[in-house]
Amino acid sequence: MTTARAAAIVLAKELRLEFRTRELLNLTVVFSLIVVVLFSYTFEPTAAESRRYGPGLLWIAFLFAGSLMLHPSFARERLNDTLDALRMAPVSSFAILLGKMLANLIFLSLSEVVLVPVFAVLYNISLAGVVGRLIIVLILGTSGVVITGTVFSVISAHARMRELLLPLLLLPILAPLLIAAVEATALLLAEQPVLDPTWVAFLAGFDIVFLTASWLLCDFLVEE
Amino acid sequence: MKSRTAMTVVAAVLIFFAGYAALFIAPEERTMHAVQRIFYFHLSAWITSFTAFATVFAANIAYLTTRRLEWDWLGVAAAELGVACCTIGLITGPLWARPVWGIWWTWDARLTTTFLLWLLYISYLLLRGLLEDPQRRAALSAVFGIFAFLDVPLVYVSNRLWRTQHPQPVILGGEGSGLDPTMAKVLLLCVISVFGIMIPVLVDRYRLERLRHEVDQLRFEVENRGTDSQPIPTKGRI
Repeated sequence: MTTARAAAIVLAKELRLEFRTRELLNLTVVFSLIVVVLFSYTFEPTAAESRRYGPGLLWIAFLFAGSLMLHPSFARERLNDTLDALRMAPVSSFAILLGKMLANLIFLSLSEVVLVPVFAVLYNISLAGVVGRLIIVLILGTSGVVITGTVFSVISAHARMRELLLPLLLLPILAPLLIAAVEATALLLAEQPVLDPTWVAFLAGFDIVFLTASWLLCDFLVEE
Repeated sequence: MKSRTAMTVVAAVLIFFAGYAALFIAPEERTMHAVQRIFYFHLSAWITSFTAFATVFAANIAYLTTRRLEWDWLGVAAAELGVACCTIGLITGPLWARPVWGIWWTWDARLTTTFLLWLLYISYLLLRGLLEDPQRRAALSAVFGIFAFLDVPLVYVSNRLWRTQHPQPVILGGEGSGLDPTMAKVLLLCVISVFGIMIPVLVDRYRLERLRHEVDQLRFEVENRGTDSQPIPTKGRI
């Protein structure tokens, strides 16, 4: 079986599992809404102020949401003793990891689809005319979160205190991604919106570096 | 054991001379005066910590390719050492910055990178403490260590790009440019003496990790003996 096909099967399984209950999505959306609402107390959300602080708070909400929602990705497999079954499947370990990454990318993107319009309304930010470019930044940034996050969810699934451990491992690694994503988003929400090629390239570079590292190291993650 | 004592004596003598040289032999800096003398140990600590983190990275890769636990022990020893030296750097830095720049801290690329480096390796050490099985601990923490090290240049580049788009509150003078020859010699002595202390510490920490591993194995054997054929040793009356 090719890696792509195996990854597609893992992805389909993840989606089926999630859409039976939608637990993860519901929790993530509500959690990020809470973050966005709480942040409104820390500054006066006028249009000008929102443009300054909005992008940062939006990405902090995504990062926090990601660091929480990625935890069940492998912890669930371990709790249900299905991790061994996955390991025994005659597919490459990268296929398993890739399937999980794609599923997590879909989940986190879906919650962003809900969150971004709500954010724009609450903070008086106009997204008209930049939606297409914003999606590029969102996809590149979210990919970085799920690539590193899925790998670390394997690591934390084997540890004690695993719920606390994942954010602790993930958030410092994501610091450069946060800077790039926030700057790129801020430039898009400015008076004269521009899609800054430097930051877009940086985000793509971040994704490529860690996707390659995951591909090289995946055998050590999924082994018994 | 003799070589160990000799190393300690050499390190003690070296660090004494290095301290003396930094305080009395090195010429006084023109604008910063005496406070600049902290630089000799500040930079030495930074060089040592970066060497230690690079060692962790090399040890992580070596472990994953050879699967020998010795590399894992080297990794943890070097990571602890790196965090210790990085802490020295992070303490001496603000002490120097306060009188010279007027502020304790600035979110400049180098400072931010070092701070994140420190946090990442503390996470690495915390992670190791939470994984039970030695082989799995070694493999998973090695993967994290590699990710952490790959992140360092990204942190630096992103901060560099970010800060050049904003006005920078404090301009860092390039220390490397035009260092007085006496200063350079003192600096070299300090770097050597800090390494002189750190290498025996690294060796000791590595030995400690090996002993821990042996103790764990012996304990495991004793426990298994109890459950197999022989009766469980009782502790007094029930």
